[in-house]
Amino acid sequence: MHATYMTEIKTSAERQAQTERLLALMSRLTGDEKHAPSATSTLDALWVLYDRVLRVSPQTVDDPERDLFLLSKGHGPAAFYAVLAAKGFIPLDWLDDVGDAGSRLGFHPDGTLIPGVEIGSGSLGHGLGLGVGMALGLRARGLWRPRVFVLLGDAELDEGSNHEAIAYAGATGLDSLTAVVIDNQSATHGWPGGIASRFAMNGWDTSTVDGRAWDALEHAFTTPHPGAPRVVVATVERKW
Amino acid sequence: MREELVNTATALLDEDPRVAVVLADISSDLFDGAARRHPDRVINVGIREQLLLGVTGGLAKTGLRPIAHTYAPFLVERAFEQIKLDLDHQGGGAVLVSVGASYDAARSGRTHQAPGDVALIDTLSDWTVHVPGHPDEVGPLLREAVGRDGSSYLRLSTESNAAPHDGYGLVPIRHGRAATVVAVGPMLDPVLAAAEGLDVTVAYTHTPRPFDRAGLRALVSGTDAATVVLVEPYLAGTSASQVADALVAVPHRLLSLGVGRTDPRRYGTPADHARLHGLTPDQLRRAIGELLPA
Repeated sequence: MHATYMTEIKTSAERQAQTERLLALMSRLTGDEKHAPSATSTLDALWVLYDRVLRVSPQTVDDPERDLFLLSKGHGPAAFYAVLAAKGFIPLDWLDDVGDAGSRLGFHPDGTLIPGVEIGSGSLGHGLGLGVGMALGLRARGLWRPRVFVLLGDAELDEGSNHEAIAYAGATGLDSLTAVVIDNQSATHGWPGGIASRFAMNGWDTSTVDGRAWDALEHAFTTPHPGAPRVVVATVERKW
Repeated sequence: MREELVNTATALLDEDPRVAVVLADISSDLFDGAARRHPDRVINVGIREQLLLGVTGGLAKTGLRPIAHTYAPFLVERAFEQIKLDLDHQGGGAVLVSVGASYDAARSGRTHQAPGDVALIDTLSDWTVHVPGHPDEVGPLLREAVGRDGSSYLRLSTESNAAPHDGYGLVPIRHGRAATVVAVGPMLDPVLAAAEGLDVTVAYTHTPRPFDRAGLRALVSGTDAATVVLVEPYLAGTSASQVADALVAVPHRLLSLGVGRTDPRRYGTPADHARLHGLTPDQLRRAIGELLPA
């Protein structure tokens, strides 16, 4: 009992310190001293993916066996850039001139300019279709180990292109694909019945977790889902 | 031409493990045999054109060479942002192959017509555009497009010339002194009929992009007047800027003929629509004749 308690304290303290480090990196590129929850809605999911889940490192960004992470929701990529910098994919000083003419980091990421970034995004609704194609491409090449993770926002699901991809991936049981939907309840007309239900009715394996809980996120990202794609709905504070 | 597409794409699937065919139901029955042999590389996403292009982009990013195919308006117009972003912006390349062209489906009406497709592709950079004028041209052009890097658009039609021609660059079919007439793809035979007895050069191309600017300058320099007539089977004037760029140092006249912008709101046959757009041999002959010295 006592030992468990100590571990939790230690884990919590480490987590707090790591979060502070990431927020400090975000501040370098936004100039803000404090970040509203909406600006960090993706931060915990991104950190858990890069720290605990994705089989990719700065040394393996061109390895055909690497896992692929696609940031479909390209808006507000500060948290993404902070995680990439913390993990050594990009130099820390790239965070200091984001959006400038000479910078490789813009207000929406360009995959051809940033090591380790698989796609350029910003226009909503492109990542999941690309992710389906990548999962199919890996399979056609006989590469069974890599997995494809696509991060979306709940408002991004308004785009009909996502629903083309959801229906097809579910119908064909594309089990190398995991969608991560950050739900900060920002979709204008909402998703009555819950986001996971949209995926479930198309045959996806689903999990809805606290988007701030690292262990729960890790468990959701790593639970096997043979024969079906998986969606992890990561719920965070409401945007407004 | 669609049959040649299926034959050649099927052969390429058998020969090259990088090749994939992506479909959105249209023509999918024609690939049934190939799909049985290559279930991972013949992908039918259903009636989902945004996904058709998204999947094509994803396949390209993972090292495959995808051929995406459906009806022209659904391939190029319906999900154009996916072409712009999922292919070009991601740095991937693919081969897009349409059928239907401008008015092959005259009886089906405007919903099945895409005269603006090449103009849309022209808003992108570094695409190759093939507009074969005969079914025998389709196979070799598809093979070359798949073998190249980058992106290509093949525009197939039920309209056809009587014989295939070499059409890389502007290939002169006949020479004259009074003007240079450029016929793209299936417009060659109507143009040759129109030009009968006129003192004009007629050049053919099945590959309007990249446009053969040096070839046009050479042809024009062999005539008495820098008068150019473009006859294209898609939106009139689509290649006008190419001619202007080619002849920037040469005072010249240009007449651009092709499919008009207005929705004719008529059914009928392709021949009926050729007449509606002024593209029959008689109409072409009158239009060209008005430019020539009396």
